[in-house]
Amino acid sequence: MTDTDNIVAETAERIFADLADSQMIAKSKDGAWKAPLWQALADNGLPLSWVPEDCDGSGVSLAEGFAVLSAAGRSAVAVPLAETMLAGWLLAQAKIASPEGMITVAPASPKDRLTLNADGTVSGRARGVPFATEAKHIAVVASGIGGVSIALIEANACRIEAGLNLADDPSDTVTFDHVKPLASHPAPSGFDQNGLMLMGALVRSLQIAGALETMLGISVQYSGERVAFEKKISKFQAVQHNLAKLAGETSAALAAASSAADALSGSASDDDAIFLEVASAKIRCSEAAEKGAAIAHQVHGAIGFTREHVLHRYTLRALAWRDDFGSESHWAVELGRLVAARGADELWPLVASR
Amino acid sequence: MTAALRFDPIRLPPECEVLRREVRAFLAEEIAAGTFDPHKPQREDSDAPEFSRRVGERGWLGMTWPKQYGGHERSFLERYVVTEEMRIANAPTRRFFVADRQSGPVLLKYAPEHIKMDILPRICRGEVCFSIGMSEPNSGSDLFAAKTKATKTNGGWLINGSKIWTTSAHIADYMIAIFRTSPSTKENRRHGLTQFLVNMKQPGIAVNPIAQITGQYEFNEVVFTDHFVPDDHMLGELDGAWKQATSELAYERSGPERFLETYYVLTELVRAVGNHPDTRSAEGIGRLVAQLHTMRRMSVSVAGMLQAGREPVVEASIVKDIGTLWEQQLPHRVRELAAFVDADASNHATLDEMLSFAIKTAPKLTIQGGTTEVLRGIIARGLGLR
Repeated sequence: MTDTDNIVAETAERIFADLADSQMIAKSKDGAWKAPLWQALADNGLPLSWVPEDCDGSGVSLAEGFAVLSAAGRSAVAVPLAETMLAGWLLAQAKIASPEGMITVAPASPKDRLTLNADGTVSGRARGVPFATEAKHIAVVASGIGGVSIALIEANACRIEAGLNLADDPSDTVTFDHVKPLASHPAPSGFDQNGLMLMGALVRSLQIAGALETMLGISVQYSGERVAFEKKISKFQAVQHNLAKLAGETSAALAAASSAADALSGSASDDDAIFLEVASAKIRCSEAAEKGAAIAHQVHGAIGFTREHVLHRYTLRALAWRDDFGSESHWAVELGRLVAARGADELWPLVASR
Repeated sequence: MTAALRFDPIRLPPECEVLRREVRAFLAEEIAAGTFDPHKPQREDSDAPEFSRRVGERGWLGMTWPKQYGGHERSFLERYVVTEEMRIANAPTRRFFVADRQSGPVLLKYAPEHIKMDILPRICRGEVCFSIGMSEPNSGSDLFAAKTKATKTNGGWLINGSKIWTTSAHIADYMIAIFRTSPSTKENRRHGLTQFLVNMKQPGIAVNPIAQITGQYEFNEVVFTDHFVPDDHMLGELDGAWKQATSELAYERSGPERFLETYYVLTELVRAVGNHPDTRSAEGIGRLVAQLHTMRRMSVSVAGMLQAGREPVVEASIVKDIGTLWEQQLPHRVRELAAFVDADASNHATLDEMLSFAIKTAPKLTIQGGTTEVLRGIIARGLGLR
């Protein structure tokens, strides 16, 4: 369910329309839009969507939360809503209550590993952690001799080197040097860092698909307004075919992401099937981001290359989101290995099982 | 803003999985009996009348049609499963595929009762083969430029002219064709064409084979010389074929045959790289599998929307556009990855043979049944651009 057929997503959409208007944000020089937007999201319990009600969260279903993220993608929302939702979900796996405010998660790349030391502290370095500089807390997965644990850590207790992703959103390097968590609890059996990567990859896939929907919408609209050679450019066959390709890429991203969301919401129980769904979503949405962003810019011409225009809010975020929680190359290698390990004659049964 | 594109995450219902096991078991028996070789998509003898009858006996033809015409009143999703399993196995479906997918539904909608009662049960039994008469030597994508004429005569029509690229015309019992019954008008250039059912076994028809670059023989030129078609073989409205041509397109364009045509090279590549692929091979295979899975999810989604009574014309055209491009590029991507395969891989020769055939097949995939250019025009119209 990635449509707006649930009340939580409708609430989110209304807030984005009121407080995260792209034109207003593109014009803003001081980021003054951020605080009211976050406040409205928090007041409506959206950041803690996936935290159970008995832990002071909203306790909405995974599917309803996924629909919120699709909407966030359509609005290219640049506050850590997705990250806080992900953190709340992660902490809930270990029955750790979520604090108020912005939270992010680490690691955000399958290449990084955090260690749970014998004294209960956490060590290691996580790169590309989204919004670490803005978050008050970080939810982490760390491994030690005793197995995998989930922990809640104060951002202030870590060394954070600020960085920016393609869209100038924070993407930071966080170093944990024997940091004592505020809370720590063993992860449920079978849960490890891969579980966080799968969920993170799905979140980014939904956001990318949402951003593509808007890229398609504003590109089609612009082509009907801009006149060249005495015609609307939407009347040129070359432009029409480019937009048809953009519609195809958008469709592929939507189908892959909504299918994976449905799988993680409960329609799949088999590990390989979930892996196929989520890996495919991240791979295909990332590919669609590349092709789609290129077409959207091509249709807009020079105006779309300006800071002033809203297009870059969607294109650059979609491109940036490819890098989080494993790039398409990472997931492709892992999916290829899984397929090869199962053997040639098991490929079709796996695909057909979904 | 544009109308939202919809690809709901529709899943095949449980009864489909029971059916899938039955189809797989049936195909395994046919392979064991030597009816066809799944590793030889390039075989010459893909017309298999006995196989066609056995598929009919299983109840897998006319699956969605009413029982009174020999159909089985099953869901469109169940038909989907049969189609995809046949395609994956490289089963010889040529004799019945067009009749089952396209011609039968046209007859159901437009043919008089006695013709339905005569022909539809025979399609369901796998006894008759259909072809489609659309393209002519001077009209392909521009369907409504067709010139082959139907002239009114006593009790029917006389057909003169020719159709071309007509798949299976040489084995077909019938053809559903469009012929010119009136000139087009200034207001509507699509006016003046009428759909007819042609009995290919009647006089006045010459079928001339056309060799293809694959070395296979599938399509033909069909020349009509005073061929007589009785009045009751006219399908639908006189001069109004253009109204009838578009509604079935969603079914025709979004099925599994629109992205699985060259699938066999991917399986064979996975076999060749073995269980422990290098990084390059793993990455390449992973991307292709992700694209395949996504295509199939899109296609199943359209099938589910059709089953629910919606008409996802734009979504169906998108499936064919990106599906056919994908199956066209697949052999080239597999070829790139095959360069790293151990020369001693036991299936190396099979993979090479399959690749040659798939690469030669590839160009037609984005032409047949609506070119990429035509599809993008339809998508653009759906986006409100034309």
